Amino acid sequence: MDLAFTKEEQAFREEVRTFFRGNVPPDTRRKLVEGRHLSKDEMVTWWRILNKKGWGTSHWPTQYGGTGWTSVQHYIFNEELQSYPAPQPLAFGVSMVGPVIYTFGNEEQKKQYLPRIADVDDWWCQGFSEPGSGSDLASLKTKAERKGDKWIINGQKTWTTLAQHADMIFCLCRTDASAKKQMGISFIVFSMKSKGVTVRPIQTIDGGVEVNEVFFDDVEVPYENLIGEENKGWDYAKFLLGNERTGIARVGVSKERLRRIRDLASKVESGGKPIIQDAAFREKLAACEIELKALELTQLRVVADEGKHGKGKPNPASSVLKIKGSEIQQTTTELLMEVIGPFAAPYDVHGDDGSNEAMEWTAQIAPSYFNNRKVSIYGGSNEIQRNIIAKAVLGL
Amino acid sequence: MDFDLTEEQRLLKDSIDGLLTDSYDFESRKKYMKEKGGWSKAVWGKLAEQGLLGLPFSEADGGFGGGGVETMIVMEALGKALVLEPYLATVVIGGGFLRHAGSDAQKAAHVPGIVDGSKTLAFAQLEKNSRYDLFDVSTTAKKKGDGWIIDGEKFVVLNGENADTLIVTARTKGDRRDTGGIGVFLVPASAKGVTKKSYPTQDGLHAADITFTGVEVGADAVLGNPEDGLALIERVVDEARVALCAEAVGLMDESLKTTVEYIKTRKQFGVAIGSFQSLQHRASDMFVAAEQARSMSMFATMAGDFEDAKERSNAIAAAKVQIGKSLKFVGQQAIQLHGGIGMTMEAKIGHYFKRLTMIENSFGDTDYHQRRVADGGGLI
Repeated sequence: MDLAFTKEEQAFREEVRTFFRGNVPPDTRRKLVEGRHLSKDEMVTWWRILNKKGWGTSHWPTQYGGTGWTSVQHYIFNEELQSYPAPQPLAFGVSMVGPVIYTFGNEEQKKQYLPRIADVDDWWCQGFSEPGSGSDLASLKTKAERKGDKWIINGQKTWTTLAQHADMIFCLCRTDASAKKQMGISFIVFSMKSKGVTVRPIQTIDGGVEVNEVFFDDVEVPYENLIGEENKGWDYAKFLLGNERTGIARVGVSKERLRRIRDLASKVESGGKPIIQDAAFREKLAACEIELKALELTQLRVVADEGKHGKGKPNPASSVLKIKGSEIQQTTTELLMEVIGPFAAPYDVHGDDGSNEAMEWTAQIAPSYFNNRKVSIYGGSNEIQRNIIAKAVLGL
Repeated sequence: MDFDLTEEQRLLKDSIDGLLTDSYDFESRKKYMKEKGGWSKAVWGKLAEQGLLGLPFSEADGGFGGGGVETMIVMEALGKALVLEPYLATVVIGGGFLRHAGSDAQKAAHVPGIVDGSKTLAFAQLEKNSRYDLFDVSTTAKKKGDGWIIDGEKFVVLNGENADTLIVTARTKGDRRDTGGIGVFLVPASAKGVTKKSYPTQDGLHAADITFTGVEVGADAVLGNPEDGLALIERVVDEARVALCAEAVGLMDESLKTTVEYIKTRKQFGVAIGSFQSLQHRASDMFVAAEQARSMSMFATMAGDFEDAKERSNAIAAAKVQIGKSLKFVGQQAIQLHGGIGMTMEAKIGHYFKRLTMIENSFGDTDYHQRRVADGGGLI
């Protein structure tokens, strides 16, 4: 047992850090630090820089453009990325549909989609959730009917993140209504520019627009856009959701935010002195930092385990990551609210991408607090995570 | 970075787990409690035979050269089996003082008896008003010729009733709360002027309040620098905290396991109560708390080797906070999920809860350590 990173790993961390320092556009970094939304251009610009360096699809197999890093290197890269901070690669393309395509897609599909995912020529979005299918995803109703060499798709998806920017969608559709609910689902990809696709933005309680409803009205999709086998879509969806176990803790994000809290708390006054000098506040901050340290260690245990024993059998501790990671992210936004106190109140209606150069930094703190309530809901709510631990780990 | 045990460490774990599985079920423990002194000389002998009492000492001193990870393995196993024997007081703390500050003569006088199981030690540190501050010392040691005269009162000295040798903190200079002027002394329990009031503790261990009245010891009783012993005390107590973290992880593992087994078998309304979602979620939260504690126990173990003393104690304080929060949750919920039976002395779960609870209040509770981390500038 040894907590220290090897010399090679430390050198790698330095290399990553140096690259971020020299290449993340300063405005992009500043907006992330202040908790603002980025424009599509800002995100795409950065992802292309990252991809040019060869790090855009780092965890893909090397033959498809991956780096061949060890699990510890991936961990270091993600930590540095989150805590610099720099925008994370677009998960829907790089982490979700990409691995499904190179694992289950045919050669033609790999050639057609993978390079465009890597360079963000296509912005992907995820068509999973429906108004009636949240935690019970397999009850989904969006229908794809085979007509000759086409699928005809009808139905509705919701909570579709950043669909307003999307060129492509990967979609779970019911293709066999007579089968048991998990069995009749297929994984189909198609253009968001197709006739019959309508995107309606949903404004969330923070005032921003990240998520959308997407309606399909007799959308015609070529049959060959089916990934893998018909009616096997549920397996691919499970593969996709199980792929990203460790990133979900977002330790780097919380670290960066805690540093910011400490910084702000030494400037903002309460009772005539910086709030950091208030013992009660300082202890709350320490409590959160300790929880985060424990989570970081738990994450390292999972990472080290994957590195040694492969990803086949998940470490039981991995189920802790989502629950604790989301709770800590929420706590950090609560602490920020506490630091700014009455200045949490001023409200500014954002535009489509939420950016407003003139906005004071304080204006983003309450929205970030409101927005972060989502992290214990998405990706399998924390209640679902507890069900998983009870069943899979405790055998209840 | 590596969280796996080496082959040798795995063997160590198997051997202590095996020994305790054979000799330390809950019924045996009840018998050991009734033996003179409140623990089993036979089990202590077996621990000695397997080399576990000499684990942290160097080979030159007659030990096995084990490090923090080895102690963690042993303490976790002792926790899991709810062991009564004075391993913490004798090997971790007593041994710690001898390893870090013992002269060759002191080691020669004390280590062999620890290793072969014939002698036990106790740490007489806590005073009426010192609470968790290690530097708050009123007991005095006054120079007399080459030796010293010790006067004062110490409380809740674990294994104080049975120990052959007491390790006593005493002020050689300055005022009650000065950080300088504190010495550490080896005092034979049989020395003239040592009086003890012994009692069982809430968790089934034994402790004593000890009064020192004009106790005379020689120059060879001093461990380290008699006027500047605080760093030594902090170092050894940090190691004790790390050991307690590991013991608590073992206790939590067993508490969770016992609780899950219970709710799988206990039936109400015609079904196992473990089929109810509210109970499943509670058990899942216990698992999360125990895993976070395990992570911090490992962190504390590795921090024990940090060269920078401030960084070391900050990390260990953080670990004690996490362990304190986790053990309270796991312990309380284990009782809750057991229902009425959890309230009885008959069921083993309550005894785990009691030991966990006492660990929180040993060498600094959650609030105390959280304040230390907060005042030390945080962890990030």
